[in-house]
Amino acid sequence: MKTLGCIMGCLLAIGSVGQAQAAGTGYIFVSNEVSNTVTVLDGETLETITEIRTAERPRWLEFSPDKQLLYVACGDDSSIDVISVADLEVVDSIYIGNNPEIFDLNSDGSQIMASNEDDAVLSIIDMETREFLSVIDVGYEPEGVLVAPDDSAVWVTSEVANMVHKVDLSTYELVANILVDNRPRRFALSPDASTLWVTSELGGTVTLIDTQTDEIVNVLEFDPEGFRPEDVTPVGLLFDEDRNRVYVTMGRANHVAVVDAQTLEVEDYILVGSRAWGLGLSNDGARLFITNGFSDDLSVIDTETLQVTQSVSVGRVPHSVVMDSGAP
Amino acid sequence: MRFLSALLFLALLQSAALAQPQGVAIGYLEQAQDPRYHPSLLDDEFQNQPWGRPVVGAEVALEESRFPAMAIEAEFSLDRRSIENLNTAVDAIEAMYGSGVRFFLLDLPGDLMAAIAQETRNMDIALFNISAPDDFLRQEACQPHMFHVLASDAMRNDAIAQYLISRQWRNALVLVGPEEADQRLAESWRRSAERFGLNIVEERSFVVGNDPRQRELNNPLLVTGGTSYDVVYVADTYGEFARLTPYTTQLPRPVVGSGGLVAQDWHWAWSSHGAAQLNKRFEDAAMRHGTGYDWAAWMAVKAIVEAMIRNESTDFQEAMTYLRGNEMVLDSFKGFRLGFRSWNNQLRQPLLLSSGNWVVARTPIEGFLHEENYLDTLGFDSAESQCDWQ
Repeated sequence: MKTLGCIMGCLLAIGSVGQAQAAGTGYIFVSNEVSNTVTVLDGETLETITEIRTAERPRWLEFSPDKQLLYVACGDDSSIDVISVADLEVVDSIYIGNNPEIFDLNSDGSQIMASNEDDAVLSIIDMETREFLSVIDVGYEPEGVLVAPDDSAVWVTSEVANMVHKVDLSTYELVANILVDNRPRRFALSPDASTLWVTSELGGTVTLIDTQTDEIVNVLEFDPEGFRPEDVTPVGLLFDEDRNRVYVTMGRANHVAVVDAQTLEVEDYILVGSRAWGLGLSNDGARLFITNGFSDDLSVIDTETLQVTQSVSVGRVPHSVVMDSGAP
Repeated sequence: MRFLSALLFLALLQSAALAQPQGVAIGYLEQAQDPRYHPSLLDDEFQNQPWGRPVVGAEVALEESRFPAMAIEAEFSLDRRSIENLNTAVDAIEAMYGSGVRFFLLDLPGDLMAAIAQETRNMDIALFNISAPDDFLRQEACQPHMFHVLASDAMRNDAIAQYLISRQWRNALVLVGPEEADQRLAESWRRSAERFGLNIVEERSFVVGNDPRQRELNNPLLVTGGTSYDVVYVADTYGEFARLTPYTTQLPRPVVGSGGLVAQDWHWAWSSHGAAQLNKRFEDAAMRHGTGYDWAAWMAVKAIVEAMIRNESTDFQEAMTYLRGNEMVLDSFKGFRLGFRSWNNQLRQPLLLSSGNWVVARTPIEGFLHEENYLDTLGFDSAESQCDWQ
């Protein structure tokens, strides 16, 4: 399979002289926190293609803008490993400070910003020179990182300070510290970039923040059947632009909430595996993938019927899931 | 770079705010000659004891609170004082009160704490018990301004009892030490055993020593011989006998209580709910593993800070209203949501059952039901409370 990737890569290279193109494998990539691997699944059959060995504790996954490279934050080795999507192997390692947990790139991929879990800072480096552009003190246990689409700012959560920090990227200064419900984790931004959604794991809520005023405009609560309030621990969230929805993983409440992005009502709760955190959409939006950290599997949901169509075994404690372009 | 950024941020804060940050000092009382912190005892690291002064936990909590404090233009600090007895303790409290301190963490033995609480009961202050597990403090010696962050013996024993009954290990041989505190602990265990339907086969005394004339009391093989049981409960507040009991009993049986399987407010091997990060912060600061006593000091400061942050005010009465209320969401790093019980001011919380270098179970054990809150299956529930608020 690796050879196939190489051949595809070579063909693409021959086909377009001197121009970078995505590998277009259509593969699904799942990081496994404890196995220290990234599982590669075929986008159509969901069969395992290979497992890529990475540095210790791989978690957050994100593609480079041209989708040729897949970055994975490896917290225990303090590295962001760089995987060649065509070759399905680690080809480089970026040092961005200790214990990177989640990261984001600016729009052209020239900068990468990561939360350093144990040091309570946000680090920003230049992708080309690998120089640190800034290291910003934030509250303890920073996690979620999201760069505004116009590269004007980056948001980062602090789980212990219960805050959403906003950093102005022209000055690298903290310009807002917004207090939210307990233990804020991760972000999603509305397609028009007007509203920032952030999960509060312990508070059990999702807070909506106006990105212009930095004011809280709404707080959503969740109530999946059969679970106590303290089990509702929202962590991941994902906008589905076509269906005008936001999917929110409920953590230890083993469900995914489907929120109407307009009315802000919960349309449905979908039962998935144990401790659902990560989410990813297929390229055509027809399938939603959920990583279940404590059942070591991936749930595949049909976004039309909102039914789980299958569960696929992956590695130990799967964290993030992303899909390469190509297959639907 | 980092320093520069911090400086710039502070400069922004300074220019934006009109006033200096308001200092909020939290009082911390400890006893200079506290026998629990004798160096040789700390070396032993008995499972049921603190492994160092818990003040480090409070300091870690203060460090974590730096950012949130900026949001309300406050600056939290610890006013740590060493006292000898009731008189010097009350003097210290009154002196600190004079300089604006209203919250006091007490790292003191139960009897002294009860006396201090009695003496200061008319002051508008709040005392936080972070290191005395004695049941009587939550019952007849309760005071409206005294809050218990550390779990009571009743809670610890209920935790063990829940685990034993859930495993059907019903028959317990109970070994009781010579100290009065050991007797009280055994009495607490009797209550828990009855509550959860365990059977106490027999109660026997033990002493620590090597005198062969006392072998019936100091030799675990003999102390636990001649009868049958599923587990051995050891009531040993010091911890030395409890430490040597596992694997030395006549029958191959688990040891629980003050040694073996021990119920604690915290354990260094606990890694769920972000615990690994908290443990790392603590270990970096203390240069040792943390215990439940450190956690209690940490939790007390976190609770005070949380109350002020959520109220967006450093006002004492407002903070107390929040701490007593139902809205409070405190992150204990053990899961569940914490709050202070209205009938005795005990912080309701999960407890960890540890075997030494591992957490065997988190209690309350799933399946034990309660009308209001599962956490209230541990410890004195409202109906059985003997706290009167006088």
